[in-house]
Amino acid sequence: MRFDQDTFTEILDTLTRNKSRSLMTAFGVFWGILMLVLLSGGSNGIEKMLWAQFNGFATNSGVAFAEATSLPYKGFGKGRSWDIERKDIDNLKKNVKSIDVITGKSSEWGKVVTYRELKYEDCTVQGLEACYISIEPQEMLYGRFINEIDNIESRKVCVLGKQPYEALFMKGENPCGKLIGIDGIQYKVVGVTMSESNISINGRMSESVTIPMSTLEKAYNKGASIQVLCYTAKSGHKVSEVEEEIAGILKSVHYINPDDKQAVGQFNVEEMFQMVENVFLGLGILTWLVGLGTLLAGIIGVSNIMMVTVKERTSEIGIRRAIGAKPNDILMQIIAECLLLTSLAGLLGLSAGVGMLGLADGLIKTDAGSNFGFGISLSSGIGITVVLVLLGIVASMAPALRAMSIKPIEAMREE
Amino acid sequence: MIHLKDINKTYNNGAPLHVLKGINLDIEKGEFVSIMGASGSGKSTLLNILGILDNYDTGEYYLADKLVKNLSETQAAEFRNRLIGFIFQSFNLISFKNAMENVALPLYYQGVGRRKRNLMAMEYLDRLGLKDWANHMPSEMSGGQKQRVAIARALITQPQIILADEPTGALDSKTSEEVMGILKDLHAEQGLTIVVVTHESGVANQTDKIVHIKDGIIGAIDDNSNHDKVMEFK
Repeated sequence: MRFDQDTFTEILDTLTRNKSRSLMTAFGVFWGILMLVLLSGGSNGIEKMLWAQFNGFATNSGVAFAEATSLPYKGFGKGRSWDIERKDIDNLKKNVKSIDVITGKSSEWGKVVTYRELKYEDCTVQGLEACYISIEPQEMLYGRFINEIDNIESRKVCVLGKQPYEALFMKGENPCGKLIGIDGIQYKVVGVTMSESNISINGRMSESVTIPMSTLEKAYNKGASIQVLCYTAKSGHKVSEVEEEIAGILKSVHYINPDDKQAVGQFNVEEMFQMVENVFLGLGILTWLVGLGTLLAGIIGVSNIMMVTVKERTSEIGIRRAIGAKPNDILMQIIAECLLLTSLAGLLGLSAGVGMLGLADGLIKTDAGSNFGFGISLSSGIGITVVLVLLGIVASMAPALRAMSIKPIEAMREE
Repeated sequence: MIHLKDINKTYNNGAPLHVLKGINLDIEKGEFVSIMGASGSGKSTLLNILGILDNYDTGEYYLADKLVKNLSETQAAEFRNRLIGFIFQSFNLISFKNAMENVALPLYYQGVGRRKRNLMAMEYLDRLGLKDWANHMPSEMSGGQKQRVAIARALITQPQIILADEPTGALDSKTSEEVMGILKDLHAEQGLTIVVVTHESGVANQTDKIVHIKDGIIGAIDDNSNHDKVMEFK
């Protein structure tokens, strides 16, 4: 089989001869590819959108908090409320080997923050320790995060979240060293964090002012009680294991029925993460199934039309055979026609799909201005192209074999 | 040039039909021969076998000293392309190609480059007086012009023999004469071997030798170098 400009013009000739039929056939493939690209690009985008929720949060972390008991135990009635205490942290740190970092977190809500004559209302004041950054890493715009000495000395220092910073200070103004007031106490600003995690444990970092844990305990008479325990699992351990051990120890220390499912509230980021991962694995498979299904329908259409075309061209093919076309020449011609039709239509569909995704990407932006990435990767682009070429060849097999079996003598019989 | 020895052919469509019952025929290089017979006499089958468009069951067929038997489709195509030029009753031009492209097509299957191919096609069209029609589609041409395009296509590979199957069957008498005139000239000027299959005595009379075929057997072979045999039919 020669492949040169002649072969190409030969193919183009036959394809352009019946434009509407070629167009209709090509449309099936075009549509299939377009669907496939839009589906996979769309699901990519939605996936990234959802993953953005986990941004700035350690995926191997978990949270535990105290809730009212649901079973009576050792003389205590059900419905008893209890508190996690400071000593629990040390106890858990000592006894649960699979814990990497564990720290407490307490908050006060609905506070008013003042700076000079400016006010920031409905602010969450979070009490944290230095090691909290292993759970929710902080992106500092200015200064530093709360450190260990802040907690040891119960210093009156604070870190501003994005929103209080923007409400109280000019853009680009470094607030470090300035004093802000909360409930009549003056705190010195030591840092500004821009973290914007959408996972909220006792309030979002972006809406909060963070002060040392010990300072919060003293300022608001928290005593030894801690609202929330945050921890990360050591690598090689699952959060669900850690979760169970923590619950067991807390229950035994606080006289809670070991079978009580409600008393220790838990939130497992890792599990959520895994769940989303699974959902998208399923969605991905579904996308490809639906897309490939549509594509297959298009390809069968091509095969069908080519079959009809071959039948119509019996006489022409017979003439070609009579004047010296070898069976392989005919076979390759039909395959090449199919291939050209599917590839052109498919690449057009691919481009249209990528273009539309790009458009959607430009239109929909997150608050932060980062786009979701409604796109397909280069590898899926290449994958789609390869699939297309393979399907084109498969589609052409039946009509091509049929064309090959046409005997030259039939050219004369047709008349 | 052509040597047929005891060729038998039976079609097995339902009831077996013995079409050719032992054909023996020799055609020398440079002969202008017609094969004449009524419809159903087996003349078309004979032509198909001569043109390697169909197989025969028993016997031997030598074309240009090569035994043509049990060829693969690919070999048969090669033989047809190199050795034989076809002229059909219904012209059998490809409708979506212009005259020049139609003429050039056999060379395409020989792997001749486009430029050279088209140049040669123009040369042959010119010889047949169709230079100005090179870019016309078959549908824009008259029957006689179409047949001349077909003749150019048959000649372009410089074949050993020209096989014409009722070349005037679809033409009026004036154009028929023209076409037969062209074949005659080709024979006279270039010494081409030409075999014409026809049922018209007028056409057969233009050739130098008439082979009569009836019921699958060759009857008489008349020397017609004086072109007077037509009188017998009048």
